[in-house]
Amino acid sequence: MPLKVVHQAVTERLEILDKDGRADEALVPALPGEELVRLHKLMLRMRRFDEKALTLQRQGRMGTWGSLRGQEACQAGLAANLRREDWLAPSFREHGVMISAGVSMHQVYAIWRGDERGHLFPAEVHCLPVSVPVGSQLLHAVGVGMGLGLRGEKSAVAVGFAGDGASSEGDFHEALNFGGVFKARTLFFIQNNQWAISVPFRKQTAAATIAQRAHGYGLPGVQVDGNDVLAVYAATRKALDHVRAGHGPYLVECLTYRMENHTTADDHTRYRKAEEVAYWRERDPVDRMRRFLAARKLWDEAREAAYLEEVAAEVEGAVALLESTPKAPPTDIVDYMYARRPWFLEEQRAEIAGRVAP
Amino acid sequence: MSSPGRRLGFGLAINEAFHQVMEEDPSVVLIGQGVKSPWYVGNTCNGLVARFGERRVYDTPVSENAVTGAAVGAALAGLRPVVVHPRMDFMLYAFDPIINEAANWRYMSGGAAHVPVVFWGIINRAGEQAAQHSQALHSVFAHVPGLKVVAPSTPRDAKGLMVAAIRDDDPVVFVDERWLYGGEEEVPTEVYGTPIGKAAIRREGTDVTLVAFSYLAPKALEAAAVLAKEGISAEVIDLRTLKPLDAATVVKSVSKTGRAVVCDVGWRTGGIGGEIAAQITEACWAGLKAAPVRVALPDLPAPASRSLEAAYYPGAAQVVAAAREVVARGRG
Ligand SMILES: Cc1ncc(C[n+]2csc(CCOP(=O)(O)OP(=O)(O)O)c2C)c(N)n1
Ligand SMILES: [Mg+2]
Repeated sequence: MPLKVVHQAVTERLEILDKDGRADEALVPALPGEELVRLHKLMLRMRRFDEKALTLQRQGRMGTWGSLRGQEACQAGLAANLRREDWLAPSFREHGVMISAGVSMHQVYAIWRGDERGHLFPAEVHCLPVSVPVGSQLLHAVGVGMGLGLRGEKSAVAVGFAGDGASSEGDFHEALNFGGVFKARTLFFIQNNQWAISVPFRKQTAAATIAQRAHGYGLPGVQVDGNDVLAVYAATRKALDHVRAGHGPYLVECLTYRMENHTTADDHTRYRKAEEVAYWRERDPVDRMRRFLAARKLWDEAREAAYLEEVAAEVEGAVALLESTPKAPPTDIVDYMYARRPWFLEEQRAEIAGRVAP
Repeated sequence: MSSPGRRLGFGLAINEAFHQVMEEDPSVVLIGQGVKSPWYVGNTCNGLVARFGERRVYDTPVSENAVTGAAVGAALAGLRPVVVHPRMDFMLYAFDPIINEAANWRYMSGGAAHVPVVFWGIINRAGEQAAQHSQALHSVFAHVPGLKVVAPSTPRDAKGLMVAAIRDDDPVVFVDERWLYGGEEEVPTEVYGTPIGKAAIRREGTDVTLVAFSYLAPKALEAAAVLAKEGISAEVIDLRTLKPLDAATVVKSVSKTGRAVVCDVGWRTGGIGGEIAAQITEACWAGLKAAPVRVALPDLPAPASRSLEAAYYPGAAQVVAAAREVVARGRG
């Protein structure tokens, strides 16, 4: 008997803008001009927000910060497709999606300045707390997606975030498998920025892409140019339509690049080449979109300057709010442990209230 | 050749242990995330890749379970792996190979199999590292039959216990923490093992025994100095090994002083500190002048902000207060 092919998969990659912002016209999403401009504005806003955090960190006014610079197209392309009812399960570099989805800027800053109260998100925003163990977010998103299905939701979905490093965790694989079995209303949104701290993508897996792994679990998966906001927008729209329709999870891998240090506690010059960073600087997602919009006469320097001024004011307002928040009282560490304080924490609370610094 | 007076920091002491043991025993391998990355494992892995190559020193994908499970398998087949968990919190992804497997194999195989792995977990501790980056899980490991747990507080013991842990034929969990890495002292240049299961008396005293380990061992010494000025003579024991516990040394000391303060760098409830207090009570009951008192972390996760950290972590002041209390309470 000849061998039969029982499964074959092809993994596709979507690109719309080239490195200089010229579009493949046939693929440009059919959006009104203002919507195209919105994608650019989302990127500008998150970039400014991120830059300010790095400045604050250097001035000792912020804790460790994981910059999203270089990944704006991924986060804006996704955010533009999100609906109010959608849920997010973020890792530690999703500031851009978070502030685009309605989390207040000063709250994200507060989280990274070491203030648990930063997680007191507005009630209408469905965002899980930032979870540090990488990979965990995908399983959480599967659970949320299953819950949304149980409730009979027809629109809402859950988005789980992971990076290339996180894709090596067992959690990643179990989430894809489990979510597939239960047709979870879950989008697996993978930002492959090609570095996990100091480990390059080629040392992370022998597979050529992360997208292709979805096929092994019976799910659709696609790779997109993660520095091309139009491509991310289009791929994510298609993926979300699939998930919203109840067909089960979808994986989108955005191939992008982490322009900054892993976090402000890192020094990337010790493990990567300046030429590599320069190569990706030439493919800056914001520059590419700006050129695309300018060529269509939808955007110009004056509009950009005006918008940046608006955003700068918003960011400064967030910093002012952040820095005028009174310190948390020491007893806060006891008061949010259980719904009702057990006796032993009553005792420990009294001790803490009376304690001075060690 | 020993060169007297040579001083080393905590990280370089561990580094020297690796260099020396890997040189003497080709079956020793090192595996984990960030063994090439200075801010991840500090200077503990300096020069190892260059000297021993990538087939003995593995920088890995972000896969704690795979790293640990593979090490257990390799150990069953004859290697002596050291598994690096630069953040103890993420060892939780690897509980299955440590607790279900490594700890059980010798027993379940009637002594045929053994798992000489060192599971090295670094408690990241404070500096806004918060709840998922600061957890001290030594008591959990000490609870599990089949595991040994060591927790050095000085560079000299860090080197000696790492050497002993690697040479040990059973799985050893080696626990240290970021706060210890600033320490520096004279460390012998030759290769030596610090016996597992042996505590060290760091200071002799007659009124109260301060039992401590890890970052609270130096704090207990500070506390003893303060207490001395108040006329309280404190004996300080650095446990160094949590399992098997050196109960004999503790009992002997408390039999002399009649009072004990037990300092645990982990949470209070269900912690090793409670176990030590119980053993003291059982063995020294007749001679105790007061019930043992514990100093431990409150039953809460580490907070994120520095101002709250100050309220969270006990230090020398808490040890002093506990010692005063136990002395004041004394019956005779
Ligand atoms: C389970 C777990 N292991 C290890 C870490 C430590 N760690 C923090 S970030 C990181 C790299 C993650 O890389 P990637 O998933 O590519 O995300 P990126 O930092 O590139 O956004 C690691 C290993 C962690 N947070 N969680
Ligand atoms: Mg990455």
